[in-house]
Amino acid sequence: MARRVVARAGEIEPGARKLVEVAGRAIVLFNIGGEFFALANRCPHKNGELCKGRITGLVSSPEPGVYDYTHQGEVIRCPWHGWEFHIRTGKSWCDPRTMNARAYDVKVEKGAMLVEGPYVAETFPVRVEDEYLVIEV
Amino acid sequence: MTSEVLHPSLDPASNRLCVIDCDIHPKDSIDDIKPYLAQRWIDYLATYGTRARHGFQSGFMYPKSQPQAARRDSWPPDGGLPASNLKFMQDQLLDFYDIEYGVLNFLSPTGQGVQNSDLSVAMAYACNEAHRDRWTGPDKRLKASIVVPYEDGAASAKEIARLAGMPDYAQVQLLSRMSELAGKKRYWPIYEAASELGLPVGIHVFGYSGWASTNGGWASFYIEEMAEHCTSCQALLTSLIVEGVFEQFPKLKVVLIEAGFAWLPALGYRLDKHWKKLRGEVPHLKRAPSEYIRDHVYVTTQPMEETEKPEHLLQIMDWVGWDKILFATDYPHWDFDDPRYAFPTTLTPERRRQVLSENARKLYGFA
Ligand code: FES
Repeated sequence: MARRVVARAGEIEPGARKLVEVAGRAIVLFNIGGEFFALANRCPHKNGELCKGRITGLVSSPEPGVYDYTHQGEVIRCPWHGWEFHIRTGKSWCDPRTMNARAYDVKVEKGAMLVEGPYVAETFPVRVEDEYLVIEV
Repeated sequence: MTSEVLHPSLDPASNRLCVIDCDIHPKDSIDDIKPYLAQRWIDYLATYGTRARHGFQSGFMYPKSQPQAARRDSWPPDGGLPASNLKFMQDQLLDFYDIEYGVLNFLSPTGQGVQNSDLSVAMAYACNEAHRDRWTGPDKRLKASIVVPYEDGAASAKEIARLAGMPDYAQVQLLSRMSELAGKKRYWPIYEAASELGLPVGIHVFGYSGWASTNGGWASFYIEEMAEHCTSCQALLTSLIVEGVFEQFPKLKVVLIEAGFAWLPALGYRLDKHWKKLRGEVPHLKRAPSEYIRDHVYVTTQPMEETEKPEHLLQIMDWVGWDKILFATDYPHWDFDDPRYAFPTTLTPERRRQVLSENARKLYGFA
């Protein structure tokens, strides 16, 4: 396991996502209102690429004719068969016991910290004054 | 991480996937088929358009949950519709999965089910011609289904006879929603021509019949339409059997495309039970109804039922027949099946090979 610097925080706007390759793995980074999350790009159902899905909310209903729309901007629907995954946890809505996207912890670190620590940033320079996303792979 | 771990090879012996895809949906536009339409019909289309057997002018019967009912990653970079661009289809499907052959089924525009029957005939002809230029000519892996103006049995038979024997065409294409049940005599010229000329008849779900999507009326939701294919295909298959189509055309092979198949055993049990008591009503049936299913009916896999216990799916496949099940992706549609992950891991390599390629190779006579 190594802690890897995967992106500059400022390059992913709130509501946006970014696909990165980390140690041979495709991982999608998400910014939900300033918080960052990371999921494996492989849908656990049949391997669709989650980064190409639509970000949406969760519609649910306590009874026919009544609905709630919650978790707006926190759900990604797979571009293939449309399974819904909670971006914060990777859990699927329909089968959270067995069907979950692999989630990674994302930390936001100051460049100044990273320049000293045992971090790996393979593809871009780290500048002291910026903030970076770090995940453990 | 090695690619073997990420993507298990399906044929350990040769290390190739060995896939024949029996349901690909290339997209043509009216402009693509125009070179083969008489000016009279080009003017007609510009002035009057097409008229299907339903109460609305355009759009789908039910909204499709994804634009163009397509995988969201299937829109070609050139800006065209999903599966309208051969190069992108090669990159994303044919080369990516190392597909040996792909059977093409065309949904629109085809003229199938168009109310003006002369226009329906002209459009089917134009499509079949254009498909050689656009698809089967440039990529020899691709084999087209012959589009027929199915409401006109005689004209359909002519179109089949015109094209049979050309290596570009694999089968005859009908849709599941026609103006009458598939076993009715008006369609027999199609079955006669196809079986005489050695072409299977593929019946793909959907179409615009003008009838309500269920036999209880119009359903409210798309999910009902998706599940309804198994009931409407039960009706059409029952009709083919009970009208005596397979007795009349013993060489006929029917492929049910995109209809699922977990319902087939139940239909067989039910028909056989009733046949034992009602046989005298349909004396032209010489055998139990389920025997016609087993001898004449093939099914494509996507979107097959997903059973909670994988062994249940295998039992159903066993009833249908390991030689009758044909793999299909349904590219570029959103319910696409990936050949590497579509089947339970407990499927033996031999059966996997049958389903993924060998059954189709035999049925369609691919080299
Ligand atoms: S592959 Fe993602 S929903 Fe099927």
